[in-house]
Amino acid sequence: MDDVLLRSLTPEVLGVLVRRGADFAAAEDAVQDALVEAVRAWPADPPRDPKGWLITVAWRRFLDATRADAARRRREDVVDEEPAPGPVTGVDDTLRLYFLCAHPSLTPSSAVALTLRAVGGLTTRQIAQAYLVPEATMAQRISRAKRTVSGVRFDSPGDVATVLRVLYLVFNEGYSGDVDLAAEAIRLTRQLAAGIDHPEVAGLLALMLLHHARRAARTAADGSLVPLAEQDRDRWDTALIAEGVGILQAALARDRLGEFQAQAAIAALHADARTAAETDWVQIVEWYDELARLTDSPVVQLNRAVAVGEADGPRAGLAALAELDETLPRHTAVAAYLHERDGDLATAARLYAEAARRSSDAAERDHLVRQAARLNARR
Amino acid sequence: MAKYLLLKHYRGAPTPVNDVPMEKWTPEEISAHMQYMHDFAARLENTGEFVDGQALAPEGSWVRYDGEGRPPVTDGPFAETKDLIAGWMVIDVDSHERALELAGELSAAPGAGGKPIHEWLEVRPFLTAPPTITD
Repeated sequence: MDDVLLRSLTPEVLGVLVRRGADFAAAEDAVQDALVEAVRAWPADPPRDPKGWLITVAWRRFLDATRADAARRRREDVVDEEPAPGPVTGVDDTLRLYFLCAHPSLTPSSAVALTLRAVGGLTTRQIAQAYLVPEATMAQRISRAKRTVSGVRFDSPGDVATVLRVLYLVFNEGYSGDVDLAAEAIRLTRQLAAGIDHPEVAGLLALMLLHHARRAARTAADGSLVPLAEQDRDRWDTALIAEGVGILQAALARDRLGEFQAQAAIAALHADARTAAETDWVQIVEWYDELARLTDSPVVQLNRAVAVGEADGPRAGLAALAELDETLPRHTAVAAYLHERDGDLATAARLYAEAARRSSDAAERDHLVRQAARLNARR
Repeated sequence: MAKYLLLKHYRGAPTPVNDVPMEKWTPEEISAHMQYMHDFAARLENTGEFVDGQALAPEGSWVRYDGEGRPPVTDGPFAETKDLIAGWMVIDVDSHERALELAGELSAAPGAGGKPIHEWLEVRPFLTAPPTITD
């Protein structure tokens, strides 16, 4: 049985239940129960209409739970008749779910967890494993998130930017446990892009595909990080790159530039260079300038300084860096890199070691210590 | 089974025998060290003795309650603080001897020159729940 295919039906099934009048939290629980039941029952007895099967089972679970609830409250007014489904369009239901699960009243960690469960169809256990927290903790986070959005009208329109931020967070979490969050984020973004015509949705999808294409080349056999310039470009996934570039070009042609399209454009320029030396750094700097106009993120300014260092030489890069706040994360690492390019190995080694001490990321810290060691061994 | 916390210190532990900061090692020596740590954890997972392991950033803050309706007081990091934890591993083993044996192996991780660091690790038993049968 195809787990992803099964999970791709989740948002539509949930949408149908909500449309029939189930409240979101109870409907979501019922759909989870139905998914678990499907995993158990389908291998021996695959249904002809998987979606219809899921809707029937989930609706029955919802009614059972409602009845049990009502019995506990000693009330008799149980919903008994199965109402006819309204004029359902699966795509609209799915879109509303994305908006609801990324609602601005949710914290980022709650929105991520709720999206993965209610839209992605992952189990609480899988989400907990992916984020390295106990299952009971994740269960609480999800049920609190559901309570938070329970008053939100399901048909109210949302802001697509909040949805994109949630999907971006999921993608960046990468890979841990038995769930590939990057692949899941791509699947959810594809599903979103199929239902909504928006250049930034396309931009984010392109950005994810272009970065995902480099994944195999990004870590060495021993698990250490391999920087872009040293990656074996033969290991990049050319099919993903071609797809990402195609999606990006179609989005850019519509002339409604946004942050994700600009980031994807930079990723596409890297993907386009067969060797690191062939990289078109001048164009990359221009895209960073565009990006800086669209966002005030200091990370963009740091990355721009690196690009300036490549396009106009390390001294120009250091000059660009000097204008930025020294306490920014990775500021010291960028300074170390530019000093190395400038030939000042002693300063570079000292700064790499300092950057390693300041790093909050274990893999990055190891990488920076190695850089310091490499330069110290050469001197 | 009994749980033990193996603590690694940035500061506060006695000086190891092979005391060279990591950035002064060769890249190959760093790789060998990482591989040793990785293999050690993997082996304990295989024997069913590994519980958890985490690394900590060197910089943190001290925080305390400052009374009703007031934000907490934060301070530090204090340069004079003697003890600074770098990370931990929790193991679940059959005996105190086994905990010491494993800590000894971890301390033998290779460092500069490919020689064991002989790093001092702190081994702390978890307090346990009372047994059900007491007589």
